[in-house]
Amino acid sequence: MTNLTSPAAHGAPSSDGADSGPPTAQIPGVASELRIPELIGGPPPGAATLEAVDACAWFGDHLVLEGVTMVMPAGKVTALIGPSGCGKSTFLRLLNRMHELIPGAAMDGEIRLDGVDIYGNNIRAQQVRTRIGMVFQKPNPFPAMSVRDNVLSGLKLASIKCSDKDALVEVSLMRAGLWREVRERLDQPGGALSGGQQQRLCIARSLAVAPNVLLMDEPCSALDPTSTRRVEETIAELREQVTVVIVTHNMQQANRVSDFCAFFLAGENAPGYVVEQGPTTKMFDSPDDPRTLDYVEGRFG
Amino acid sequence: MTPETPSTVTPEVAAPVGRRPAQPPSDTRPPPRQRTPRSPRNLQQMDVVTAVAAAISGVSLSWLIFGVLTNGVGWFGFLVVSFVLFLGIFYVATYDRLGRLAAVDRTITVAVTSGMVVVAIPLILVVSYVVIRGLPALRLGFFAHSQSGVTPTEPATSGGGAHAIVGTIEQVGLALLLSFPLGVSCAIFLNESRSRLRRTVRIFVDAMSGMPSIVSGLFIYATLIIPLAKDSDLFSFNGFMASLALSVTMMPTICRSVEVVLRLVPDGLREAGLALGSSRARVVWSVVLPTAASGLATGAILGIAREAGETAPLLYTAFGYNAMNWNPFKGPQESLPLFIYRFIREPLESSIQRGFAGALVLMLLILLLFGIARALGRDRTKARRRRRFHPIHTLSVALSPARGRA
Repeated sequence: MTNLTSPAAHGAPSSDGADSGPPTAQIPGVASELRIPELIGGPPPGAATLEAVDACAWFGDHLVLEGVTMVMPAGKVTALIGPSGCGKSTFLRLLNRMHELIPGAAMDGEIRLDGVDIYGNNIRAQQVRTRIGMVFQKPNPFPAMSVRDNVLSGLKLASIKCSDKDALVEVSLMRAGLWREVRERLDQPGGALSGGQQQRLCIARSLAVAPNVLLMDEPCSALDPTSTRRVEETIAELREQVTVVIVTHNMQQANRVSDFCAFFLAGENAPGYVVEQGPTTKMFDSPDDPRTLDYVEGRFG
Repeated sequence: MTPETPSTVTPEVAAPVGRRPAQPPSDTRPPPRQRTPRSPRNLQQMDVVTAVAAAISGVSLSWLIFGVLTNGVGWFGFLVVSFVLFLGIFYVATYDRLGRLAAVDRTITVAVTSGMVVVAIPLILVVSYVVIRGLPALRLGFFAHSQSGVTPTEPATSGGGAHAIVGTIEQVGLALLLSFPLGVSCAIFLNESRSRLRRTVRIFVDAMSGMPSIVSGLFIYATLIIPLAKDSDLFSFNGFMASLALSVTMMPTICRSVEVVLRLVPDGLREAGLALGSSRARVVWSVVLPTAASGLATGAILGIAREAGETAPLLYTAFGYNAMNWNPFKGPQESLPLFIYRFIREPLESSIQRGFAGALVLMLLILLLFGIARALGRDRTKARRRRRFHPIHTLSVALSPARGRA
């Protein structure tokens, strides 16, 4: 019973049939022989809709994020933009319950994954994090593990079984756009790769447990332009398979990769909030709020 | 960069335009000027000559002051005055040659280097004294024989310290088995948990690591040996009691060194593990500990090296014994520190020599352990191939001099 919806769904229809799903899921847009091997005890297949309802966050007594209500549709890329310190990363960490790991952190409101509040009483944080993966700003492959073990680490850490681990390594690295570069050195330590490769290894590691949502916290801020382009290509290939939520400071990147966009802003000594949200084309071409226009055109922030 | 030496020729002179049109531009560069590589911060040959000359002048000058002009001081005063004069003369000579900045730099370099020499002198004296006294009595037989049946009047080369070596290895090994899991668990508690008790536990660990080691021996003696010895051999004088006493001092040592290593594991790795859906305990076991593995080994070996030299906790527990006793759970047992302690107090020259031979062996043992610890510690920073636990392989990799060069 690893399906997140089962313990909390009080008679509500389960939105995704995890138990009755096919043994393998074919990846759209990728060659047909690339099938994700069967995972036992993993998340249900497919992308999931993520929805925040009046989400607030505190650090101690300090309110840092106020009343965020937004929908991140299944299989789409949603970008969170805004100046530093406006609560984008905090919001992102709320979405997979990483926020509560910080001492003194508190939250209010609801985060719904396919309609179920992940902060509900019967929901384990570990289950949530298996379904909602995360890629961090700084590449953080496990240095004591090889490339292969890094990709498989999620299985070990979340107690997921897989019948064909070699295939899973190959598929995950392929989806992260790293397979061709590292297939000869799967037994080398993960820390021996370049920064861009390490970041894509972290993406592959997150994808190996087949999450429904992938959160990315400025994944390209430590990378050079070539690696950034590769990561953006990876995000484009993941569209439809996984819901992606990405925090970025790079307006061009937000414009390139995202379908939807949310602009966060915080006043001086005031909590951050969402100024405007909507389809990326509208946000960049004809936003309703003048502050959004100023920000996306680089006039402040 | 304008050429300064007269031998340098400009491109126009060396290769007139049109004369070698087929040549690529890089070949028309002028021949390089005479280049001499220099590192501005390093001492030159001239500096060494200046230093030696200044040292001779300093000694001579203080000899002139104390030996000829005044009644003289003791050797220590002579040394201090000579050194101060040497620094002054060296400064003035370098100032004359290279200017103020270089003179200050060189003088401070020389002063710091002499400080290093002064600190190293006691170490060299101690080590060389033990080697000089112990080496003549050290035969290969020392590692094969015990002192059983050896009378005090026999020469130092008869008999040996095998029983003491066996005792040390067994006692410290048992102590490691007892205190390594506890020490590592304690370090994990201090570094990975969020308990309110961490502060209290840390104070206790700090207090325990500062405790005089004889107290731990007395503690075992008073709480286990006195009340229980009359009923059982296990709680009488034996190697196991010694390892209990050693554990009391070893645990805080291991805990503190492991905690430092755990703190070096980046938080990003813990977050990455948690974001993959892992529990905190699982992250510690599968991510933090493997990342810190070589640091854990270093901590364990430093703990061993420290405990191998402890004498005080053994006085009331292992008690000491002249013959071989392989069983650490029954009967008194010898160990190297006790061996040294007992023989060096004897009045006979041969016994004292035996003690020094034991000290030499103990020093070599600890040197070996420190060498392994350093090799493992250096290993941590290297990116390596996938590592499975295989002690022989790990050791041979750690000790091979060519490692990491390729």
